[in-house]
Amino acid sequence: MIELWILLAICSLATYLWRGSGVLLSAGIDPRGEAFTWIACVAYAIIAGVVSRMLLMPTGVLAETTPLERAIGSAAALAAYFWLTKRNLFVGVVAGALALWLVKIALL
Amino acid sequence: MLVAGYFGFGALAAAHDIPLAIAVASTAVLWALPAQIVLVEMHTLAAPLAATVLAVMLSSARFLPMTLMLMPEMREARHRPWKYYVAAHLLSLSGWTMAVARFPQVPRAERLAWFFGFALVLITVNAAATAAGYLGADRLPPLARLALVFMVPMYYLLILTGTVRDRTAALGLACGALAGPLAYLATPDWSVPLGGLAGGTLAYLILKRT
Repeated sequence: MIELWILLAICSLATYLWRGSGVLLSAGIDPRGEAFTWIACVAYAIIAGVVSRMLLMPTGVLAETTPLERAIGSAAALAAYFWLTKRNLFVGVVAGALALWLVKIALL
Repeated sequence: MLVAGYFGFGALAAAHDIPLAIAVASTAVLWALPAQIVLVEMHTLAAPLAATVLAVMLSSARFLPMTLMLMPEMREARHRPWKYYVAAHLLSLSGWTMAVARFPQVPRAERLAWFFGFALVLITVNAAATAAGYLGADRLPPLARLALVFMVPMYYLLILTGTVRDRTAALGLACGALAGPLAYLATPDWSVPLGGLAGGTLAYLILKRT
């Protein structure tokens, strides 16, 4: 419990480091430079990597779903997002969750 | 729309037995959804501290260019410098997008106040969404909880396929989605930072080539 608070504090400092130095350096640096493009690529790649691993090789509660169930949920989210609504992210996310839940109930 | 992500994050934290206070506090002190998801996932994998901190740090790196771009737009001789350091903490991707879109219509002297008002509402609403997702997942039957946790990958799946317009983000997300699981097969503990570095660098190289 206490380790978790410490971990959170360290992670929050690690995040603030970027924010704080952004203010400090904001006078003379061009944010469109090459190094920043690479940094942005890595930041996007990290979250995409975590999420695709959650879908392909889930740990924790999502491990209780089969790949087919996750595929059905994903298809429902994409369908609701692109076809049923005009790209409403909230509706899409909820549709995916609802589809997974219904599939699970139907298989009980 | 950020609310769906934080709601799912709350459910994820509950499912992984993270205390409610930590989950809500993480929204307030990290205020970066990818960093929070990385933290919860890696904590569950029992990854080494250094790997977790490195992954969280790399996932938050986009705040540097975002802050660099936004701060000059809010600069005004009248404001005290420390206020910008507080503003930097309140910055999120959606707050930044809104600010960039609205600043041309807001007089320079009022921009900082406008940003504070907007960002504080955003952070409060999403802290509440985190708590709601957590309590929902905690109280509902296991299958419904499963569905709430599923909101996290769905949120990013839709962002990945639908809302990304800029090539850097699209390539970074696509390469990361490939590299993440591969790195996990190689080394679960360090998969998040290593997969991110490998995928991100690949995306950068593709971006430069084309």
